[in-house]
Amino acid sequence: MKYKATKLGDKVFNAFNAIFMIMIVVVTLYPFLNTLAISFNNASDTMKGGIYIWPREWTLFNFRSIFATGFLYHAFFISVSRTVISTILNLFFTTMLAYALSRKEYFLRKFITVVFVLTMYFNAGLIPSYFLIKDLGLMNHFLVYILPSMIGAFNLIVIRTYIKSLPDSMIEAAKIDGAGEFSIFIRVVFPLCKPVLAVVGLFVAVGAWNTWFDTFLYASSRQNLSTLQYELMKLLSTSMQTGTTAVAQFGGKGAHGGSSDTVTPQSIRAASTVVAALPILLVYPFLQKYFVVGMNVGSVKE
Amino acid sequence: MAEIRENIKQSVKFLKVKKNEKITWKMIRNQRELMFMSVPFLAYIILFAYAPIWGWLMAFQNYRPGLSFFKQQWVGLTQFKNLFSYMGFVQVIRNTVAMSLINLVLGMLCPVILALLLNEINNMFFKRTVQTISYLPHFLSWIIATGIIANVLSTDPAIGIINNILMNLHIVSQPILFLGIPKIFWGIVGVSTVWKEVGWGTIIYLAAISSIDPALYEAAEIDGAARFQKMLNITLPGIKATIIVLLIMNVGHILDAGFEIQYFLGNGLVSDYSKTIDIFVLDYGINQFNYSLATAAGIFKSAVSITMLLFANFIAGKVSDERLI
Repeated sequence: MKYKATKLGDKVFNAFNAIFMIMIVVVTLYPFLNTLAISFNNASDTMKGGIYIWPREWTLFNFRSIFATGFLYHAFFISVSRTVISTILNLFFTTMLAYALSRKEYFLRKFITVVFVLTMYFNAGLIPSYFLIKDLGLMNHFLVYILPSMIGAFNLIVIRTYIKSLPDSMIEAAKIDGAGEFSIFIRVVFPLCKPVLAVVGLFVAVGAWNTWFDTFLYASSRQNLSTLQYELMKLLSTSMQTGTTAVAQFGGKGAHGGSSDTVTPQSIRAASTVVAALPILLVYPFLQKYFVVGMNVGSVKE
Repeated sequence: MAEIRENIKQSVKFLKVKKNEKITWKMIRNQRELMFMSVPFLAYIILFAYAPIWGWLMAFQNYRPGLSFFKQQWVGLTQFKNLFSYMGFVQVIRNTVAMSLINLVLGMLCPVILALLLNEINNMFFKRTVQTISYLPHFLSWIIATGIIANVLSTDPAIGIINNILMNLHIVSQPILFLGIPKIFWGIVGVSTVWKEVGWGTIIYLAAISSIDPALYEAAEIDGAARFQKMLNITLPGIKATIIVLLIMNVGHILDAGFEIQYFLGNGLVSDYSKTIDIFVLDYGINQFNYSLATAAGIFKSAVSITMLLFANFIAGKVSDERLI
């Protein structure tokens, strides 16, 4: 009797739990689907309302007009370049340092680790960092996107922890074969780090792709260094406040073409949002199985 | 996570103990390859993270760009006095602390609850789908997220879904300008942050849950424990350590209420409630060239962060053994 009651309770709980999860999915997904629908929908039709998750009058005009002006195209190129270069350099250098710091016999191991770990808890602040970049001559230089974020302390600890969990015997075997530390790193350790590099690489790439603040602070006076997120930021903040100023530059040509060829602040924002979000959305689900590796590397060893 | 915590512990402990191993020339020669692989990065981090601390001196000067270091006027603690006698800064601190406390509480509670509920789903496909979708907002920039939030809260009937729902249910007769009401701005920031980060926050707890010994559940089942009791008496204690460690780490960020969300969602109507310390520093430092005052605000922020971290660590050491340092 008692057993049956819990069974019924279980079923009710399961049902409520499932409904709750579906609500979470809807609340998370709806705003994106709505933006996606608006980006593919005719701009003047959107203003009539009633667009939810499916476009009513399909058009690619919103996308064509944001890329027609050229500078957004260039910003896309800069964003891709900085993301790719940062990710490759960051992963390579961080793993190399992590390997050195994972060697128990290395006498500077503790000192260097502490110097890096402390940077997780404090930083010099915005203004002193700003002056550093200025004094280094990195203002309005592409390298300002690469250098300041080349090695992060948290990622370093994550990768080092992973390397420590690798079997020592492989490294010992390579040493007996006469391999030096650097070639052990390149030939043995780096390839073995693939799971942790997948997730750290995702973190680094997402961070590089999503940031706009360094462009704003250090490169805002050079249009050809502008990034996609920075352009999107300008677009969203001006259209949130004044309505159309930033959008006017897109509408110029298309607006003459008749009612089917117009853009509105709304449609331009939606289309640029989709362009800025898409690369990440296409990548992250495939790396999902590695997320836990990055967050929880230690428990494997314990 | 546990391992990372252990590493950090050891690294920080090292500061307290005297070094007993001797460094010999032979050692340096033998390990020169390891040194080539690491010392350049030591120089790198000293340059990019430690050298700028030199700039803190600006807070004790009346810094003027263009003058050499020796010609700057030294003013002692005047900048700090100015900072606190200016009423706006007290308001800025209030906003920062309020929003970061809201984020701290919701940011701990919601992911724990969601993780516990996700753990109760038996259908693996359904569970994984919900997880994947819930991670989505975490990966998007705050620019995109705030753009979307502004849409959802908009008064424009074509896009403002919340106003549409409220009007269709006849709860309100006029669309509400949510982002123009100062009193609910903190709430909007709190809910938006949960919306963006709750899914991602569950990963660490789900990982901790998966490492709980299954035998505990079996034993509880034999004892006739109901599902809810198991959740409360096995799962929750199983992730207690993780919760405490994350709590300590987050308390150190008590003056990091976020910057982008307030910067983008804030506007003239709500600025008394939306300005945070980071925005203050940006306004005075970068936009108005008052570098000394902005640096003083930055130092204040760093000092509070470190104090709070040590304090939380001390408290955690008293109530349980989960100290970080």
